[in-house]
Amino acid sequence: MPVLWIVVLVLALGGAGYVMGRMRAMASAGGDARHLHSLPNYYGMHVFLAATVPSLLLLVIWLLVQPLVINSQIAHHIPSDTVAEGSSLSLVMADVRRVADGLDTAVAAGAMTEQQAGSIRTEFTDIRARLGEVGVALGANVRPEVLKAAQSYRSLNTTYTLFLTIVAVGLSLAGLAYAWLRSHKDFRARNVVESVVKSLLILASTIAVLTTVGIVLSLIFNTVEFFKLYPATSFFFEPTWLPSFGGGIDSDGNPLSKLGILPLLWGTLYISLIALAVAVPIGLFAAIYLSEYAGIHTRSVAKPLIEVLAGIPTIVYGLFALLTVGPLLVDVFGQGGILGVGWMQGGTAVMTAGLVMGIMLIPFVSSLSDDIINAVPQAMRDGSLGLGATKSETIRQVVLPAALPGIVGAILLAASRAIGETMIVVLGAGAAARLSLNPFDAMTTVTAKIVSQLTGDADFASPEALVAFALGMTLFLVTLALNIFALYIVRKYREQYE
Amino acid sequence: MSDATVFPEKKPQGPKGSLLVQDARTKRRNAAESRFKVYGMLAVATGLCFLVMLLWAIISNGTQAFSQTFVTFEVELLESKLDKKGARNIDDIKKVSTFGYTPLIQNSLLKEVEARGIDTPLSKGKDMKAILSASAAAQLRDFVIANPDKIGTTHEFRFLASSRVDGYLKGRVTRDSIARDKNIKAAHLDLVDGLKEAGVLKKTFNWSFVTGSDASDTRPEAAGMGVSMLGSLFMMLVVLGLSLPIGVAASIYLEEFAPQNRWTDLIEVNISNLAAVPSIVFGILGLAVFIQFAHLPQSAPLVGGLVLTLMTLPTIIIATRASLKSVPPSIRDAALGVGASKMQSVFHHVLPLAAPGILTGTIIGLAQALGETAPLLLIGMVGFIASNYPEGVMDGFVAPNSAMPAQIYEWAKRADPAFYERAWGGIIILLVFLITMNIIAILLRRRFERRW
Repeated sequence: MPVLWIVVLVLALGGAGYVMGRMRAMASAGGDARHLHSLPNYYGMHVFLAATVPSLLLLVIWLLVQPLVINSQIAHHIPSDTVAEGSSLSLVMADVRRVADGLDTAVAAGAMTEQQAGSIRTEFTDIRARLGEVGVALGANVRPEVLKAAQSYRSLNTTYTLFLTIVAVGLSLAGLAYAWLRSHKDFRARNVVESVVKSLLILASTIAVLTTVGIVLSLIFNTVEFFKLYPATSFFFEPTWLPSFGGGIDSDGNPLSKLGILPLLWGTLYISLIALAVAVPIGLFAAIYLSEYAGIHTRSVAKPLIEVLAGIPTIVYGLFALLTVGPLLVDVFGQGGILGVGWMQGGTAVMTAGLVMGIMLIPFVSSLSDDIINAVPQAMRDGSLGLGATKSETIRQVVLPAALPGIVGAILLAASRAIGETMIVVLGAGAAARLSLNPFDAMTTVTAKIVSQLTGDADFASPEALVAFALGMTLFLVTLALNIFALYIVRKYREQYE
Repeated sequence: MSDATVFPEKKPQGPKGSLLVQDARTKRRNAAESRFKVYGMLAVATGLCFLVMLLWAIISNGTQAFSQTFVTFEVELLESKLDKKGARNIDDIKKVSTFGYTPLIQNSLLKEVEARGIDTPLSKGKDMKAILSASAAAQLRDFVIANPDKIGTTHEFRFLASSRVDGYLKGRVTRDSIARDKNIKAAHLDLVDGLKEAGVLKKTFNWSFVTGSDASDTRPEAAGMGVSMLGSLFMMLVVLGLSLPIGVAASIYLEEFAPQNRWTDLIEVNISNLAAVPSIVFGILGLAVFIQFAHLPQSAPLVGGLVLTLMTLPTIIIATRASLKSVPPSIRDAALGVGASKMQSVFHHVLPLAAPGILTGTIIGLAQALGETAPLLLIGMVGFIASNYPEGVMDGFVAPNSAMPAQIYEWAKRADPAFYERAWGGIIILLVFLITMNIIAILLRRRFERRW
């Protein structure tokens, strides 16, 4: 991996620069640190930063841009008329990359020489068989233009990596030399180092913004791509979710798959509603009891124990739903169960996932509400008790109304959690998308379908895979809106009693 | 004063009777009071009850995965089968596939059964297939290839029993449940009882569940968590190596240097929103940016680590900012007063004092990241059998691997009670890690927490 070696080399240069810069500054001061403007280490640090920071930044940017440049240069190898019906340029490019990787593997395994890899032609060799020998499986026979593109992809990659090595190391050396020459006793090394460090701190703090930008861009691009292949109106208003396995188009040019979001949204809402119906009463009453009634000992034991529920990974809840709660519910509500009603066909159902998700949300509701109830000033309770109200009347008529905005905020945050929860519904809710009112039916959710559409072998350019991004976009927007709304409510009413 | 003084027509009605006797209304109010209190108690009890149920489910189902049934008997390594030429040429020996070893093992077990005098209707070597794991032949072959000079001798081996036999000893498989099972018959279970009495078949602690690798669908008895634990370890190294410096740097800037302006506000709003974005969305980001755009290798712990870094950053930033905020301003003022620059006061004085809090926050963030599953599904850390240990440090970061929660999910999907048992066992291992990390965090907080 040459990139790793470039990083190591640049860091080594920086280390050498540190020693050199420090020595040069000390020498210019005649070996007496008191004549220097800054402490000697700052001179070393200055050279180190000059040698490493620009070079490593260049490396990162280069690695991000290189695939784009190579793609655009390769694309002209592939005449647009050879791109097969129902396929797209990006699919062909993925093929190109796969062949190129295959050639790399073949060279690394010694099955081909570097020269052979650059010169073989589909006319003379069966590439698929050759690559198959070294364990690279290709889906179809390699077409000549793809092979040609793959070969030029490889050569471009090699050339650019060589360029990168030269430029990065050169930049590092140049920085080192420049900073070393400036290391003199009157040079204000500390000020320079501090401003560089400060810019690095700013850079780190923008990562959060970049992450959001990355999320939004990756969702938007792929969602737009999806709506090009699949009409937006059917996505939002069609009441069926039925992706066909191989994709494809019927005689009228419409996709065979039916990808309506409505059943998924219904499943998501239904499960979240059940989860909230479990979590809100239990969480709220637990919070009231722990903050208003419980003694200090009960509180110090029960509160952390309930909060343990929040620290358990969701995969554990998923397994609990699938293997414990599901069968238990079938024993009660299923065919031949205790109640003998036969409502439930299998262990995976809306009820299973909703119940378990409710358990997961209890600490979320209870600890947020607990904080809010504790924030209600004592004077209000005292006033109410002084008028002769009982404790529960005080809580119901004074404390809860005062804490209401915060509690609503907490419930909204819990709802956003429930909507975005994945593992419990993937394991506990089933896979069938349907619009049904029976809580003991298996249904599916937005998150579960994102997982199932993106973990199969489908290619990323088909509407069946791209729909996951549209679902992700919907999920992102809904949870974001809920979070912002919750924060708005909490913030708006928080100051009222302070 | 007006002469139209209004006299109340009636006296206000006070409680009739003694103050010491509760009237109906007071009784009702007091009843409501105690009902309300009982609701609260019930809620707390329900919450705790769920916790107990969850833990009970985990422990009762999972501890079984840590024991495993083994069959110990002698196998004669016949030269006529394993090395027909007799030249001990390693290439010739390697030509014999596991199919060549299977009858050898089965016949040896049959011999053992006969030698022990266990009465059974099963009289053919092939009948022993149901007792032994499919991995037994590979185990023997590996041994022979490693020690070619042992061919022709007789050795004692300890083979894994098949998952059905293992389940029978653990009570998961009964004679009723195998009525329609074509892999095993009641006669086998009778034989197992006999072998158990003779001491050939034993249930012992299963260390290879902790250290071993995942196995294919047909060999749940051989599956272990070891490889996925390494996958998680490499992922956590990436998360620690990236999220700690970036998180601390970002918090220092926001807490100590940032001016109050729109840009700072934007960053702050962003961080609090990122903390609430569903984890699956981070998975989509990882898929689109790291795999589709940057072409990093799929299923690699490196990519998993990058995605989890982005998820952990908000947690670390929030914890770090809180602990920077708790360092009193007098420390900064004192440093500035003796001539330190702002940067020096932060890095030499504030940061070391905030370090325990930062460390605690980081450990809790890592514990969260360790248990996170959903994003790993999208970057392809499931759907294959993670059976190879990474060959080196570099390989550990980029070679396809699983992670602990992804491995548990993978087992849960295989719809076989033997794999379910492994999944529960895997959860115990995962929880042990999480509990350890949280205890370390609590201890650190107790030990170094400072009240100013």
